[in-house]
Amino acid sequence: MAGNAIANTLALVKVRIRLATRNKMFLFFSLLMPMIFLFLFVMIWGKSSPLKISYIFGGILTLTVMGGFWGLSVQLVTFREQGILRRFRLAPVGAGPMLASSIIANFVLVVPFIFIEMLVGRYVLHMASWGNVPVIFLLAMIGSATFSAFGLIVASVTNSMQETQIINQLIWMVFLFLSGATIPLSVFPSWIQHLTLFSPATYLATGFQSAMTHRATFPEILTDSVALTVGLLVAFEIARRIFRWEPEEKVSPRAKVWVVVALIPFIAFGAYEAIHGTLLNRVHSTMDFLDRSDAATPPNANSN
Amino acid sequence: MQDLHKSYGAVEAVRGLTFNVEQGEVFGLLGPNGAGKTSTVEILEGMRTADSGHVRVCGLNPESSGNKFKQQIGAVLQSTALPDKVRVKEALDLFAQFYQERADTTALLERFQLTEKKNAFYKELSGGQKQRLALAMALVNNPRVVFLDEPTAGLDPQVRREIYDIIEELRRDKKTVLLTTHYIEEAERLCDRVAIVDHGKIIKTGTPRELKQSSGGMTRVEVRLARPAQETALRALEGVTDFRMIGDTYVLYASRAPQAIVSLVKHLEADSNELQSMEMYSPSLEDVFIELTGRRLRE
Repeated sequence: MAGNAIANTLALVKVRIRLATRNKMFLFFSLLMPMIFLFLFVMIWGKSSPLKISYIFGGILTLTVMGGFWGLSVQLVTFREQGILRRFRLAPVGAGPMLASSIIANFVLVVPFIFIEMLVGRYVLHMASWGNVPVIFLLAMIGSATFSAFGLIVASVTNSMQETQIINQLIWMVFLFLSGATIPLSVFPSWIQHLTLFSPATYLATGFQSAMTHRATFPEILTDSVALTVGLLVAFEIARRIFRWEPEEKVSPRAKVWVVVALIPFIAFGAYEAIHGTLLNRVHSTMDFLDRSDAATPPNANSN
Repeated sequence: MQDLHKSYGAVEAVRGLTFNVEQGEVFGLLGPNGAGKTSTVEILEGMRTADSGHVRVCGLNPESSGNKFKQQIGAVLQSTALPDKVRVKEALDLFAQFYQERADTTALLERFQLTEKKNAFYKELSGGQKQRLALAMALVNNPRVVFLDEPTAGLDPQVRREIYDIIEELRRDKKTVLLTTHYIEEAERLCDRVAIVDHGKIIKTGTPRELKQSSGGMTRVEVRLARPAQETALRALEGVTDFRMIGDTYVLYASRAPQAIVSLVKHLEADSNELQSMEMYSPSLEDVFIELTGRRLRE
């Protein structure tokens, strides 16, 4: 049975990758959008400092990796509304392979985008270094799976595309602006900084930024990785439980309770970090490191 | 299937349905839209939960037998789709992958005249081609039982006939088929036995021939008149054995149609009335339905 599930998942992954590469919108939102943000941010904040470009690049990687949240929720709702899921329901393929395949396919598709972004960052924008590549790869893998799973939960607790878009917008705003991905956390007042500790995006953004700026090692991003991994496991199981095949099937009150459960890991990690403060300390030391490097680096000098 | 009940809120869609389908038989559920056919077939496919009743397909409970059950069946759903950008052969191969027993997908494409379209995207297919693909996908696992829920609904007559040929082929292959339809022609032509369903209940079951014989084997004459005519006078015409009014149409059942028409024309002349239109039908399942419900199937 497990063998069948794996074989079914892999078959679905193959088709999903093909479908995504045939979708111009997917390519636009997954590759071009982060690239536009990258150039924009570098023009505004990172012009003179290769290390700052590396820092900005950490945020751009976060946006690229989090893209699965938006993409998969919209895709799943579309499939449900068009009656595509009910055709799959007739076949001996369960919710697990359906969901796992979309998460795996999303990760496989994110990797080349990250690679292209890194090439552009290094050779076109002259960022300071490649960062710690294995750590970046690990975070990309866990992060894309975690945010994809969140997207799948949203898809299962919304009844229409319109609802999905509204919920996505609200959550995306939090991910975008209260994570450090676009606005450095250090600019916020202390209470907002503490609030961001409860957002999963913060763990991904700070992880990437640490790996990009001072080549953080695995032990240094342990909290980020563990928080995202626990979040992924809980979110996937919840997405599987509340998965709906039928367009007319409405969200059950039980499903709404499960959504609250999905937040528990990040409430727990947020509370832990709020007390011990290691993540925020890392954020501040990264900013200090950038400021010191700025002071030490002559304008327009590129370091390796 | 025994004493099946299914309600959606206050609406009772299926009210105590009981029937059984023999192996190798094409069994039809014939009834108007909203008769409970789709609910019934989706319960049999394991897609819906019955409120009460006993259901077994291939000796298995569709709802609780999971993948073991799904390996045995194939189905064409009434409302379904595939992703726009999936290619025909790709979709067929993907679904074949899910089953232990797999048909040769290249042969299926050939059989359903889709070989030329094998690399086409799903969204590029016509309605008929999409339906042929749906049928091919239903057979991708060599199923023991095939469910066809309104397989020709919304298709033009030419495509409908193509689908009939495919279903007749299934019949020759001795596949067990459960077909739902509201097309009389489809049920008469394709089904070994038919259950006429209305308001969630079976009102009559039998072979098409048995059902037609049960309606007296009378010719149906439908006329429209310039002015209203007296019901009693029409009922009393020579050769007319039964009479019904459906909307503004007078429906006469005649054991000897020519005689009935002559007496009708004479009566209208005497009454200074005029025929606006007249249509004659050989005995059909439509007559059985009208006789049992007082309504047409498409009302």
